Amino acid sequence: MRLYLLSLLLAACSGIPGLFLRRRGAEVSAGLMTVSALLGLGAAVGVLAGGPVPSLRLPALALGSPSLLVLDAVAAWFLIPVLLLAACGAWYGVRYWEEAHGHPRWVRLVFGGLTAALVLLVAAAHTWLFLLAWEAMAIGAFLLVLTEDRLAEARRAAWIYLVSTHTGTLCLFGAFALLAGVAGTWDLGALPRGFAASRLGTQTFLLFMVGFGLKAGVMPLHIWLPPAHAAAPSHVSSLMSGVLIKMGILGMVRLITWIPDPPLWWGALFLGLGGVSGILGVAFALGQHDLKRLLAYHSIENIGIILLGLGLGLVGKSTGQPALEALGFAGALLHVLNHSLFKGLLFLAGGAVVHATGTRNLEQLGGLAKAMPWTSGAFLAGSWAICGLPPLNGFVSEWFIYLGAFRAMAGARWPWSVGVLAALALIGALALACFAKAYGTVFLGTPRTAAAAAAHEAPRAMLLPMGVLAGACGLIGVFPMAVAPALDRAIAGLGEALPASSRLAHLPLVTVLALTLALLALGLTRWVWAGRRSEPVPPELPTWDCGYAEALPRAQYTASSFAEGLVTGARWVLFPKVQGPQVQGPFPEPTRFESHVPDPVLDRALEPAFRLGARGLVLLHFFQTGQLPVYLLYVLLTLLFLLIWMVV
Amino acid sequence: MSQALLPTLLNLLLRAFVVLLLPPLIPGLITKIKAWMAGRSGPPVLQLYYDLAKLAQKQAVFSRTTTWVFLAGPVGTVAALLVASLLIPLGHTAPLLAFEGDVILFAYLLGLGRFLTVLSALDTGSAFEGMGAAREVSFSALAEPALFFGFAALARATGSLSLTPMLQSHGMWTAGHLSGPLMLILAGWGIVFLAENSRIPVDDPNTHLELTMIHEVMVLDHSGRPLALILYGASLKLVVLGALLVDPLLPVLSKGWLNGLAFLGGLGLLAVVVGVVESTTARFRMNKVPQFLVAGVLASAFAFLLLLV
Repeated sequence: MRLYLLSLLLAACSGIPGLFLRRRGAEVSAGLMTVSALLGLGAAVGVLAGGPVPSLRLPALALGSPSLLVLDAVAAWFLIPVLLLAACGAWYGVRYWEEAHGHPRWVRLVFGGLTAALVLLVAAAHTWLFLLAWEAMAIGAFLLVLTEDRLAEARRAAWIYLVSTHTGTLCLFGAFALLAGVAGTWDLGALPRGFAASRLGTQTFLLFMVGFGLKAGVMPLHIWLPPAHAAAPSHVSSLMSGVLIKMGILGMVRLITWIPDPPLWWGALFLGLGGVSGILGVAFALGQHDLKRLLAYHSIENIGIILLGLGLGLVGKSTGQPALEALGFAGALLHVLNHSLFKGLLFLAGGAVVHATGTRNLEQLGGLAKAMPWTSGAFLAGSWAICGLPPLNGFVSEWFIYLGAFRAMAGARWPWSVGVLAALALIGALALACFAKAYGTVFLGTPRTAAAAAAHEAPRAMLLPMGVLAGACGLIGVFPMAVAPALDRAIAGLGEALPASSRLAHLPLVTVLALTLALLALGLTRWVWAGRRSEPVPPELPTWDCGYAEALPRAQYTASSFAEGLVTGARWVLFPKVQGPQVQGPFPEPTRFESHVPDPVLDRALEPAFRLGARGLVLLHFFQTGQLPVYLLYVLLTLLFLLIWMVV
Repeated sequence: MSQALLPTLLNLLLRAFVVLLLPPLIPGLITKIKAWMAGRSGPPVLQLYYDLAKLAQKQAVFSRTTTWVFLAGPVGTVAALLVASLLIPLGHTAPLLAFEGDVILFAYLLGLGRFLTVLSALDTGSAFEGMGAAREVSFSALAEPALFFGFAALARATGSLSLTPMLQSHGMWTAGHLSGPLMLILAGWGIVFLAENSRIPVDDPNTHLELTMIHEVMVLDHSGRPLALILYGASLKLVVLGALLVDPLLPVLSKGWLNGLAFLGGLGLLAVVVGVVESTTARFRMNKVPQFLVAGVLASAFAFLLLLV
């Protein structure tokens, strides 16, 4: 416990020396964060390797529950991405967020505070502590989204985030209060059998799903996610997308550990929400032009995949199939870690692009692979992993979920899981399309604007964290056996007597095939290069392009045109806004074409509804006369009304 | 021990032959059939071997726009297809590796090849190649569910999650109630096969107009050895995906080498069928292709539904 507490303290204080130091404040705080990460990772690895579970308890039965902090296997599993991304983000921020951007000292201070809140949250075993850490996390993230407060976009994003996170917290207050009524203690722990099926259990479950779902960004509740991720500094986006939204998943995982007998419809609800978030998340990502908004929609997609895994596990738990349970939960938890790694990586690499060119608009980028080879490689590794392509880590976790879905379906036990299969296949194919679009338009081809042409490689302090994350992606992808025992310990609490996931999936064969693939690729590359070396170096030539040599950069396929086919094909769900040119006459005027895909919930439903509501509230002006006696009359009338209501 | 060694060796030889040497023959066969149907004599059946030999000698030209990603396309596609070929049974002979869930690895290896090909097309900065890449990813988003519904149906029918028992399910034909779903699966996969291998009626590898192409337009700028890899990869893909269609149809024969021969015969027959289809149909208009692919999704989805009853 000492390691963990020290790590917590260091993370919380990491930004403080930087407030007073005139120089090197950023390096000092990043160094403190690294030490904190190393200590915390030590504690987490100790628990996941089978060591004793450290806990912090109050001596007496104060505050309704003795235990405050318990670093069990689930907590340790979630602690790893928190600390890894925080340390990577801190080093990245040293050069990424310098004086020129404004408030760097405060960003570091709040970044440390947010990390500490996350570290506290994963291990919180007391309801009050959990809610305290939850709120600290929400406020920290709100302040960080607001970093560039001179931009209206950032203020709006932070406002939307604050409203939605507090809506979620309100639901959590209700749910925890209901739970405490059942358990009779503020301790977070196992609930009695039969509770889940009761009416109270249903209410609690739904409240939890709204509260945690708002944080995780499950599809109809995702409204805060794209604007906040786009507006925050990139290392903050990386932490938010990689870890903060996973705290919603942590809550759901905790809920599953407390319930011994979930009804089948819980699992079905998880699967339904997961399918909707997954498919719509990637579909809306396809329609985006803003690099960071695109990545944010992909976070929604990956939350969908995690929910599919949790849903399969829940179905297994309800129907008594331990193998399905193990595969579903293992896939979900591994995907939590994997998504933190590759999405953190993608946000850092995307941030390097923004840093180098000053724009997030895909249509104004292009050809950056030449100027930024390392960033380009990092983004490619992240794209490769997020599409679930072997041999990187995204494949392994999706593979677990696929195996679970196949198992559930094959033996006439639960044929509906074929929907999971189809959803995963569609998500995979669409994600591939979307990342081919993102990587292709940003890094390949020729620069579309002067800003893109003048891009420079990111400084080493920014490249190193990307390298660490990319390495972790490769390591888990090629050697999944290395994490399998820890994964099994993490899921052990989610069900009873779960079989080892490594025995259900043939992980060593993945290693063999990944190495074969790498060897073959190496051999073929050598063969191609051998052919090149024997001849004189050919002159530098432009792209042949069927004889349209030296075509203008503007003639390249843009991100929008690349996705046009799919966006048009899915217009019955995406509703893209297209302002097409009206070409008339033999000599038409110059014209503009614009297309863009607004968010379905925020832009199409909530904003109009709130605007209408605000207009309706104007009617209340009638009652606001501004005269004190009238207000006193209102008080009297209300009191009278309440009196009559209580008596009758 | 020595008794078991010989069949294993023979199996390995057959596999090496089918994967490494045979593929370029299949496009040659298809072209020959098409030529005969049109009343021409056509290029020799071995034409692709000659082309590959020639390309291996040729100097590769690289545009100054391109980066290493340009090479990753051909290299990665062939490497991924070779690994995928380890997993697939050739007729009723055993594959090198068979394990639970290899179907998914197989499908994702094909996806890896597609991803790298698309990126290497975008690397040229050419409008034509971007167009081809956009079409490739759009159409494959529909082909993928068709493939997976087929896998799901076979997994349900055979109770297994590995390619080998799924595809070597000859018993499905004899069990009357399973032959209907199997036919639907093969119909769905046939559509996937035509689309993934860029054959008529989805795509025409021989058209002269780049605006109407999908796959060919993505590789316009490759030359020399990279182009040789692309051509070999395309023919290997015909064999690997062809095995999906051929395997379930083959009868189980008594001897191992007979099974190998039967598989070769099946592949030849598949080439003939593709040649006939290509000769007798016209290429669809680009906006009709998604409807064709949706038909494939529906066919394999119906197969699954039939198995539920």
